[in-house]
Amino acid sequence: MLEKPLFGSKKYYGWMTALIALIGVGVICFLYQLYVGLGTTGMSRDVSWGIYIAQLIFLVGVAASAVMVVLPYYLHNYKEFGRITILGEFLAVSAILMCMLFVFVDLGRPFRLLNIFLYPTLNSIMFWDVMVLNGYLLLNIVIGWITLSAERKGIRPPRWIKPLIYLSIPWAISIHTVTAFLFAGLPGRGYWLTAIMAPRFLASAFAGGPALLIILSLIIRRFTKFDPGTKAIQMLARIVTYAAIVNVFFFFLEVFTVFYSQIPEHMDHFKYLFFGLEGHGILRPYMWASMSLAFVAILLLILQQVRHNERLLGLACVMIFISIWIDKGLGIISGGFVPNPMHQVTEYSPTVPELFITLGVYAIGFTVLTVLYKIAVAVKEEVRA
Amino acid sequence: MESSRRKFLKIAGLSVLGVGAKPVLDSLVQAGEPTYATDQEALEGTHWAMVVDMKKCRDDCRDCITACHRGHNVPEINNAKHEIKWIWNEDFKHAFPTQEHEHLAERLERQPFMVLCNHCDNPPCVRVCPTQATFKRKEDGVVMMDFHRCIGCRFCMAACPYGSRSFNWFNPRNYLDDTNPDFPTRAKGVVEKCNFCAERLAIGKIPLCVEACKEKALVFGDLDDPNSEVRKILRERFSIRRKPGLGTGPNIFYVI
Ligand code: SF4
Ligand code: SF4
Repeated sequence: MLEKPLFGSKKYYGWMTALIALIGVGVICFLYQLYVGLGTTGMSRDVSWGIYIAQLIFLVGVAASAVMVVLPYYLHNYKEFGRITILGEFLAVSAILMCMLFVFVDLGRPFRLLNIFLYPTLNSIMFWDVMVLNGYLLLNIVIGWITLSAERKGIRPPRWIKPLIYLSIPWAISIHTVTAFLFAGLPGRGYWLTAIMAPRFLASAFAGGPALLIILSLIIRRFTKFDPGTKAIQMLARIVTYAAIVNVFFFFLEVFTVFYSQIPEHMDHFKYLFFGLEGHGILRPYMWASMSLAFVAILLLILQQVRHNERLLGLACVMIFISIWIDKGLGIISGGFVPNPMHQVTEYSPTVPELFITLGVYAIGFTVLTVLYKIAVAVKEEVRA
Repeated sequence: MESSRRKFLKIAGLSVLGVGAKPVLDSLVQAGEPTYATDQEALEGTHWAMVVDMKKCRDDCRDCITACHRGHNVPEINNAKHEIKWIWNEDFKHAFPTQEHEHLAERLERQPFMVLCNHCDNPPCVRVCPTQATFKRKEDGVVMMDFHRCIGCRFCMAACPYGSRSFNWFNPRNYLDDTNPDFPTRAKGVVEKCNFCAERLAIGKIPLCVEACKEKALVFGDLDDPNSEVRKILRERFSIRRKPGLGTGPNIFYVI
């Protein structure tokens, strides 16, 4: 199966060339960052994590969302997801890979990374995050590959794979929960100090990830002979709808607690994000855009006619995706660090090299995703033919 | 470390059994790993703390900051985003953000407060560090940093509710003119903070900032010793700590 990604259409070569070019630029920027120091980024003493860690949170969500196809298929025997589970699993593989790369490029001393394993620190959530991410990556590679090989040979997957598949379900939940724990449990950071952080993360993951999967399915259907199936896509659309509603609901729970209690240390972060604080508020337009997109998309998705129209469905999914990307990719991190524990406002915005490194990591992820999807789609086309 | 301690216990045990204490102890000294200080010289204490007497502290004075930053090769970077700070000045409303109010005594409102790492009893920075590069010394409660082990993940910076940690966004050596050869300089990509002058305590000296303060506004001592100067002050005067409600147990006390 490994030879599949080598051959393809002109468009395929063009896409891969573009990705590799982006990776190249990203690598150069990363080497520059290594040489000069993390001062090349927009991060600071006050906002000590930025877009890299934000992407980590976002992509952990994408990875965790694979469970939304695996669970109905294997636990509830929802056959329609049969063709799409592999897409979910491979999406998880590339997302986790990107997560790890984002941790790597964020370290001040990346080549000391092994210290995490040499001096395992059981009370550090970061240790557990690395552990569960690695485990999840391994699980999805093994599960995806074994089931796909079996499908190609036209045989049933070996029996030992079943327990691994069941294990991958709680594991998916764990990766996002542990990632939420990185934040929820730090004293003096009011925006993050909330028990609903993990559920909120999961809800947004289960909306954003399947939305991405729908978009990818629509693209695959357009460009290849493989059809993930209308029924499967419609089921995913329902999942996206419910999860998006729950996500907004959770957000309002948070807003209620914070603003009804009136504790400044908790309110000020929200104020900063949505209204600005002490004259600072670069994220304001983004946060409102995220809110509005979520609302409009939910309205669209609730209407059956819209959901059944694949063009509109695709549009709604793009809106959900962007909305969640802004919330997690920008809001969560900056919102937590601003104002700082001494109640001073230092704003953050990424620099150009930082953005190119981010794009580079995404390009690596998309390269891996394309290769994996190419294999999967080729096998599916073959089996069907 | 561990093995040498075990060796010591074994040898000490032998000597108790009366197998000629003198030669055994001699062999211990010879086997000696590099010794930085002998116990006699080191300051003795099991719970170091500091009292900052704001009645004595002079607004315009920066003696403690200069002494600390010189002694520890802390670079001077003129960009608030990239600064390295071990001990610095902060307004009351920023040092004590939850205790500020409109009718604060005028003196407090304009007086700069000395802030530094609180060497917390229950330090969140230690709890989150994935490599144990940040650790708390059991014997005296000093929260230390191993610059060689730190991977620069900056989790500790997110965890410290006092903004006491700085990260080397650039190579700090580029910002140092003359360096103190007795203390290491750091490299880019690691976190650093006040170490309560652990290197001085080991040779029987008090922290640099305390020594440098001519007004005697900074007092250093052992909280476990009821006769210590810090205990005496805390007994007699009203003191506050930064964000006590978070349960970190800061060991820097302010009398105001
Ligand atoms: S003040 Fe901050 S850096 Fe110092 S021990 Fe407490 S939590 Fe750690
Ligand atoms: S930056 Fe260094 S000291 Fe801080 S948590 Fe990470 S490894 Fe530990």
